[in-house]
Amino acid sequence: MSGHLITVFVPRDSAALSVGADAVAAAIRAEATRRDLPLRIVRNGSRGMLYLEPLVEVETAEGRVAYGPVTPADVPGLFDAGFLTGGEHALGHGLTEEIPYFKKQERLTFARCGIIDPLSVEDYRAHGGFRGLENALAMSQAEIVKAVTDSGLRGRGGAGFPTGIKWNTVMQAPADEKFVCCNADEGDSGTFADRMIIEGDPFCLIEGMTIAAIAVGATSGYVYMRSEYPHATATLRHAIKLAYDEGWLGDNIHGTNRTFHLDVRVGAGAYICGEETAMLESLEGKRGMVRAKPPLPALEGLFGKPTVVNNVLSLCSVPIILDKGGDYYRDFGVGRSRGTLPFQLAGNIKNGGIVEKAFGITLHELLYEYGGGTITGRPIRAVQVGGPLGAYLPPSQFDLPKDYEAFAAQEAMVGHGGIVVFDDSVDMAQQARFAMEFCVAESCGKCTPCRIGSTRGMETLDKIIAGKNVDANLDLLADLCDVMVDGSLCAMGGMTPYPVRSAVKHFPEDFRKKQHAVRVTHIAAE
Amino acid sequence: MTIVEDNRHLRGALLPILHALQEEFGYIDEEAIPLLATELNLSRADVHGVVSFYHEFRREKPGRHTIKVCRAEACQSMGANALVDHIKKRLQVDFHGTTADGAFTLEPVFCLGNCALSPAVMIDENLHGRVSPDRFDELAAETRANPHAHNQIPRALSHSHKGHAQ
Repeated sequence: MSGHLITVFVPRDSAALSVGADAVAAAIRAEATRRDLPLRIVRNGSRGMLYLEPLVEVETAEGRVAYGPVTPADVPGLFDAGFLTGGEHALGHGLTEEIPYFKKQERLTFARCGIIDPLSVEDYRAHGGFRGLENALAMSQAEIVKAVTDSGLRGRGGAGFPTGIKWNTVMQAPADEKFVCCNADEGDSGTFADRMIIEGDPFCLIEGMTIAAIAVGATSGYVYMRSEYPHATATLRHAIKLAYDEGWLGDNIHGTNRTFHLDVRVGAGAYICGEETAMLESLEGKRGMVRAKPPLPALEGLFGKPTVVNNVLSLCSVPIILDKGGDYYRDFGVGRSRGTLPFQLAGNIKNGGIVEKAFGITLHELLYEYGGGTITGRPIRAVQVGGPLGAYLPPSQFDLPKDYEAFAAQEAMVGHGGIVVFDDSVDMAQQARFAMEFCVAESCGKCTPCRIGSTRGMETLDKIIAGKNVDANLDLLADLCDVMVDGSLCAMGGMTPYPVRSAVKHFPEDFRKKQHAVRVTHIAAE
Repeated sequence: MTIVEDNRHLRGALLPILHALQEEFGYIDEEAIPLLATELNLSRADVHGVVSFYHEFRREKPGRHTIKVCRAEACQSMGANALVDHIKKRLQVDFHGTTADGAFTLEPVFCLGNCALSPAVMIDENLHGRVSPDRFDELAAETRANPHAHNQIPRALSHSHKGHAQ
């Protein structure tokens, strides 16, 4: 064979693995050996078009050509069709970057995800990696914080607090020790962006955390991972080891007299540990009980020291801000929602995956132009946005622009960008009940409205669903929701009513299905 | 006790130690609680409180494989409730139960991060998407026949538990 070795990409992202990417990689290797065709297989992250996984790509002179979803049985046919030179095949999609789903996106945070080998520092650097950190190493702390403040970046974990202001508080807090903690406890159903970027571009998170540490004067940091993400945890641990080996972490980072030590800690299946103070308790080795605020974690956080707590996507947005400047990032978006958000299309959706777009895109565009409607082919009846604590919205609300303020006005959440789609077979009374049930299971138990309110809420919904005193019980439920919203210590109890209230408001008929039947039985009995 | 020694230097060492114990023995034995309390200078109530707070920590020996079925909203939208019913019937166990032959322990889980390819199931540390009842039966049969049939985490990446930070 002459010429350079052909490179084939088969993702190692968990979602791709969950539909057989390993078997596809093995089949390609075996078929290449059988045909005596030498090739190189790179296990990349996912491009985010999860409906096409396993998505196999081949490097050609024109660019990478995509085939998917590929099964091991398709592999001999792909070779016959000449896929190694971009040949046509029924599973072919042409150049990956010309696929409309991908082409129309604005990839800032996910710029490298799916393109590089996630565990190659060399590949990371070749695609702009560590440029932001190199800039930061030459800047003063205040200059770094100013760049992040100027970018308009707001916390991507849910609350949307301005990242630069948080960093400034920690920077100015006098202390003998400070921490940077990354909240990777991505527990919201319908969200998987943290997992994807940690598996597909882990150095981006390491770089973002190191920049944060330099900015605020922290020397140690932790990434709090979910135990449900073993693959992401293994990838991140390996990437941290490589970063130490290459001098990007540890003492005297590249001879600059800056020090940052980073470690991974794994949670143990408690949703509440996604709340920042519960996460800090868990990192300290305790029960994940929510702390009252103040004091803010920025002043008294991990082990009582000033601590930056940021979400994975916030920290992964930092390298590009320091690389290209705060203005570059701020030029994307609308109003007070600047930059981009990786929206996640999930549940009953034809084309599920990551769509990174500037704020201001509407749900309608996301659900139909990208998502292609439901996978079952039935009409969309409801979407839940922002995780299990987010509102259920009916199609009449799909023209809302996705920005923090427009959504907050509807008790909906931009949150972490997750969008879960339901078709018309959904029973919204059951979904409301589930919201309460979830709160019963996951409440830390510290405050009464959340701990007891959720149990009473579930019981009340059971009565409504059974058709018992529906009007009175709906009034009681509304009252209970008010108490939970106003009286809970954190968002767990404070927002569990959002999906419940929105289900009652937009889908009232689902709460009265049995009412009529019960009334008829009563009359018959009398 | 080497597990305690290996992790003692970590700040907030209790969770890493409990994870290491569960990885080694499959569960947290009742006898470990007073031992850990003494070693870490905590009260037994503190240790018990932590073990019982987190869903992930088990108090009884599990089956050879753990099956986690996602019950969260995205999977619900794709029929997770029917899948759960099927699995319970097929394995003849309820949640947290272990099959009579000791092969599988069934656990509910809220979100495996595979929400675009629902419903999702995790068998040991291996994730599966678009799991229909038939696909579940295949996976269970394959796991019984060959416990490593679906290993997704390369050996090079596993067993790297020791951190760098002090």
